[in-house]
Amino acid sequence: MKLKTELAESLRFSWSALMANKMRAILTTLGIVIGVVTVSLMSMAIDGVSKSFLRSISSMGSDILYLEKNPWIDNQEWWKRRGRRDIEMPHVRELNRLIGDRYLLSPYAHQSSSVKYGTESISGIIMEGCSAENAVINGYTFTEGRFFNNNEVDGYRPVCVLGHDAADALFKGGSALGKKVKLNGINYEVIGAMAKRGTFMGFTLDNNVYIPITRLLSDFAWRPNVSIAIKAPDMHNVDEATEEIRGAMRKVRRLEPGQADDFAINKQEVLLNTFNKVTGVIASAGLFITGLALFVGGIGIMNIMFVSVAERTKEIGLRKALGARRRTILMQFLMEALMICLWGGLIGLGLAWCLKPVVNHYIPASISIKTVVIALFIAAATGVISGYIPARRAALMDPVEALRDE
Amino acid sequence: MGEALIQLRDVCRSYDMGAEIVHALRGVSLQITRGEYVAIMGPSGSGKSTLMNIIGCLDTPSSGGFILNGKAVSDMDDNELADIRNQEIGFVFQTFNLLARSTAFHNVELPLIYAGIPAWERYEIAVKVLEQVGLADRMTHKPNELSGGQRQRVAVARALVNGPSILLADEPTGNLDTVTGDEIMLLFDKLHHAGNTIILVTHEEAIAQRARRIVRIRDGRIASDESRDAP
Repeated sequence: MKLKTELAESLRFSWSALMANKMRAILTTLGIVIGVVTVSLMSMAIDGVSKSFLRSISSMGSDILYLEKNPWIDNQEWWKRRGRRDIEMPHVRELNRLIGDRYLLSPYAHQSSSVKYGTESISGIIMEGCSAENAVINGYTFTEGRFFNNNEVDGYRPVCVLGHDAADALFKGGSALGKKVKLNGINYEVIGAMAKRGTFMGFTLDNNVYIPITRLLSDFAWRPNVSIAIKAPDMHNVDEATEEIRGAMRKVRRLEPGQADDFAINKQEVLLNTFNKVTGVIASAGLFITGLALFVGGIGIMNIMFVSVAERTKEIGLRKALGARRRTILMQFLMEALMICLWGGLIGLGLAWCLKPVVNHYIPASISIKTVVIALFIAAATGVISGYIPARRAALMDPVEALRDE
Repeated sequence: MGEALIQLRDVCRSYDMGAEIVHALRGVSLQITRGEYVAIMGPSGSGKSTLMNIIGCLDTPSSGGFILNGKAVSDMDDNELADIRNQEIGFVFQTFNLLARSTAFHNVELPLIYAGIPAWERYEIAVKVLEQVGLADRMTHKPNELSGGQRQRVAVARALVNGPSILLADEPTGNLDTVTGDEIMLLFDKLHHAGNTIILVTHEEAIAQRARRIVRIRDGRIASDESRDAP
């Protein structure tokens, strides 16, 4: 009971102190404001990046392996990879003979291209050459038509499948089937248009155009190198699968037992690890700035609290004369520091809220409840920590001395 | 003689000023009974403020015994002293010492808060005491909206609100003109008649004469202690 009434009085005490020195409180709290803004923006950024990254990554599927000439991420020994042989279609066919009964394989390669139909044209699209399995591996769905089959791939048929947005832009909602479009000036017949696929790492997948890999290599590619997406219909053990594919590929490449692999098997997991490292770096940089701002802010709070205690020495003496215990006085000044900081925390959150649209321009940003709680908690903790020494000085004052103060 | 409310036995108080030790009180023995109206007089530096601080439980004796209302105060710790001040002492200061940003009501309520009394009871008690000093209609006023005499009456109300054993007034009229000073002294007379124990610290002879007993301090000792009948 006593604690409750004391707490209420502390609140009133600190509120009136704050109201009496509004400007001072706001200036004092600047460090806290900056700290809270940093911490919220950082957590906004990490949240946003994580969300979009994880969404993209999961669209890749954890059960797809990518057999390629080079690893996605390799921080060392890049020079050892110079002069590696390309992975070419004969390799793919041989690999397919070895493991095609257990795995789905699709060779693929990309090329930047333009697509033209009549007077409409789109440039800078991604043209993906692949085999029929690609549609199964990635689970494509269609608004009309179908994906090409392997007869068309092997027969070098000039057919293509348009991404959702590309089809929309060229045919304005009309049917694209059977129409002839020009890809980099070469005629292709549209046999399908895909349903929406969304974005990957911020890039839309709906402007893509898909053609048989054989056509891509013969019509457009500079070199015959391809990547191979591999999926087992039922792949429980990724490591085991990786080993099996590696063995098969070594056979295809005719590698001697002592020789190193001249290809790489990539998986989503690798990207995930790297991503975690990157967010870790963002987080520690953010924490450093936050910590610095809060440290400076905390010193400011401590300073102003010393001033507040000195200003109110006589009042402290009076309160003690009226029966305020040490704890009561301590609590009152701690509450004042806490209030200043929460004030700063709220201003900081407000600013972060205002900055949200700016951040949103680059990454999908949101302020979660977690962020709000963390920010306010940090602000409060700074208040209590930096307010403690001045509050303790007030609590330990000798009432006789304090009352004598003018 | 009624029961002894205050018993000071050979109280000394010295301050260590580094280079020298200052003896503010050099063995004061004093007994004050419940219901008495005592003036403590003395020139500045006589030790009367120190005596007042000790009686008010703001300070403790370096040696000697002090029993207040049956409780040995001399060896209490800080928090116990705070509780004693809250329950047993009502302070009235020369400069009023009101909280400038709070209303008369909140100023009076303050000791009740430290006593841990719930809000609705606080309201009733504070209003009653403010009525007693004739300021019930000024409850929501802040000190700067009150005259000097009114301020001091708010301070008296604050001193009375916890029903203390002693009303301890330190030069209560020092910051007031003669007329309002008289008003306050009349209020003290009234409170004395109502049975309150009042200790008045002053250096003004005229003020001291209102009390029934005058204790004069000089050089840290009691120089004289005279009781008189009602004027």
